[in-house]
Amino acid sequence: MKVLVPVKRVIDYNVKVRVKADGTGVDLANVKMSMNPFDEIAVEEAIRLKEAGKADEVVAVSIGVKQAQETLRTALAMGADRAILVVAADDVHTDIEPLAVAKILAAVVKEEEPGIVLCGKQAIDNDMNATGQMLSALLGWSQATFASELDIDGDSAKVTREVDGGLQTISVKMPTIVTVDLRLNEPRYASLPNIMKAKRKPLDEKTAADYGVDVTPRLEIVSTTEPEARAAGIKVDSVDDLIAKLKDAGAV
Amino acid sequence: MAVLLLAEVNNGELALDATAKAVTAAKALGDVTVLAAGGSAAAAGEAAAKIDGVAKVLVAEDASLGHRLAESTAALIVSLAGDYEHIVAPATTDAKNVMPRVAALLDVMVISDATAVVDGATFERPIYAGNAIQTVKSSDAKKVVTFRTANFDAAGEGGSAAVETVGAAENPGLSEWVEDKVAESDRPELTSAGIVVSGGRGVGSEESFAIIEALADKLNAAVGASRAAVDSGFAPNDWQVGQTGKVVAPDLYVAAGISGAIQHLAGMKDSKIIVAINKDEEAPIFQVADFGLVADLFDAVPELTEKLG
Ligand SMILES: Cc1cc2nc3c(=O)[nH]c(=O)nc-3n(C[C@H](O)[C@H](O)[C@H](O)COP(=O)(O)OP(=O)(O)OC[C@H]3O[C@@H](n4cnc5c(N)ncnc54)[C@H](O)[C@@H]3O)c2cc1C
Repeated sequence: MKVLVPVKRVIDYNVKVRVKADGTGVDLANVKMSMNPFDEIAVEEAIRLKEAGKADEVVAVSIGVKQAQETLRTALAMGADRAILVVAADDVHTDIEPLAVAKILAAVVKEEEPGIVLCGKQAIDNDMNATGQMLSALLGWSQATFASELDIDGDSAKVTREVDGGLQTISVKMPTIVTVDLRLNEPRYASLPNIMKAKRKPLDEKTAADYGVDVTPRLEIVSTTEPEARAAGIKVDSVDDLIAKLKDAGAV
Repeated sequence: MAVLLLAEVNNGELALDATAKAVTAAKALGDVTVLAAGGSAAAAGEAAAKIDGVAKVLVAEDASLGHRLAESTAALIVSLAGDYEHIVAPATTDAKNVMPRVAALLDVMVISDATAVVDGATFERPIYAGNAIQTVKSSDAKKVVTFRTANFDAAGEGGSAAVETVGAAENPGLSEWVEDKVAESDRPELTSAGIVVSGGRGVGSEESFAIIEALADKLNAAVGASRAAVDSGFAPNDWQVGQTGKVVAPDLYVAAGISGAIQHLAGMKDSKIIVAINKDEEAPIFQVADFGLVADLFDAVPELTEKLG
């Protein structure tokens, strides 16, 4: 079985985000970019499937700017076998919408015929939480979102999902789309020898046009602003002081 | 213009607070029809009919709709979509599972976690863990939107909408429910509680979380946790507050042993009053706290529990 893992290049989760003064978006020039943390978990899971003998090939795919090559190299260094870069934008500030990404992925799936697609549950930049579900809809496949456990058994997979009430386990027909949550696994770091090896692994370059997908956004970004800042608070000296302040504020 | 609102239904019961908050957001868009779908959903439909501002209720009951499996629920919504310009839901994990699938089947973008309605096509939503607010305008004929419940007040009761039944769409038979692991609790629900007491890695163990829970019970509060506390097994996953957990905005939020990473702040920084108890005076949580107490939580939290009323 082949595993397809879409990965997104996003601002590193440790970087403090700055809104551009002209309100057109967030400043991404000269900031540290990394693989979306949820996608790292998806890559890790794919590699573990291969190590467990349940998968024979792991293909990473990224859709975005040319620089997403680096993100794919990271996936290759972790252990993916090959990579596909679909260039769909020139400017690092252009975010391809989940619907267009899902359409391109659907075309890649038709070509590659994986048995499973492992996606991150959301990207930490647009926080949309949509691509996996949309891809599943376009393919007419089953979907299992927010996975914290995955167990593939022949033509079905048992997936435990993190939901508002706790945990839900479902059984989905293969082929399937799984979107992964934080507690599925802890991704490995790529070792230096593997980083070197990754440079020689195949990385195909395509464009959105190759798949005949129009990536024109459906959502126009009218403005991007800083959230309202909270007024500065105070330090209290003791529990008694805290209780007095809370009583004054009518909070208890 | 008409709005179809997917009600939050759990085991046949309406999650009133989440649904009523979404009704408040949806009212601004047009006449609201609520869809109650599930293995059993009639009682939920009756309850939704009483929410102020609901014009009509559709009840869809079918075994295939039980447990809100995405494929069958999305197929049902798409079968009804023709009559509506907006298809909306509260931004729960159930709706986040279903609504992007609906949007893709309709060939439109989804707008997740909207925090404000500007007009029928324009919505505000947080991005980058709430570090920026984006206003987006949809050019799609239909708008599929989930609303972040923490940002809207619940619509009141007093409605008396007509209730109709509708049939399920054909079950694509792609997935089956196996089991739920849901902890029963007498505490208020995290996303609707007036007070939330949360513990982080600083709490140290599952056993010591009892001191967080004791304070919560004294205040009739819900219990929350940081990701680190959940990952370490101190607290169950459904207590996680943050960018990838629940978003809360109670009147009072108490954070004990939580450093205040942006991913945690994303889930609680709209709380009215924030109290931080942390032994590290440099902890970033103090930057958003109204009242900060630099102390060992193992002393301060039990003392607080004891001295409160
Ligand atoms: C993609 C992604 C998504 C994430 N989503 C979330 C999310 O939804 N929610 C979330 O919370 N995090 C999330 N995180 C994790 C986040 O970045 C932090 O790692 C996490 O919030 C830290 O939890 P913490 O504050 O409990 O632990 P730490 O950062 O380790 O802080 C522990 C704090 O406890 C204090 N402390 C220790 N002992 C005591 C004591 N005896 N008395 C008083 N204080 C004490 C310490 O001074 C310290 O400040 C996410 C991270 C990523 C990468």
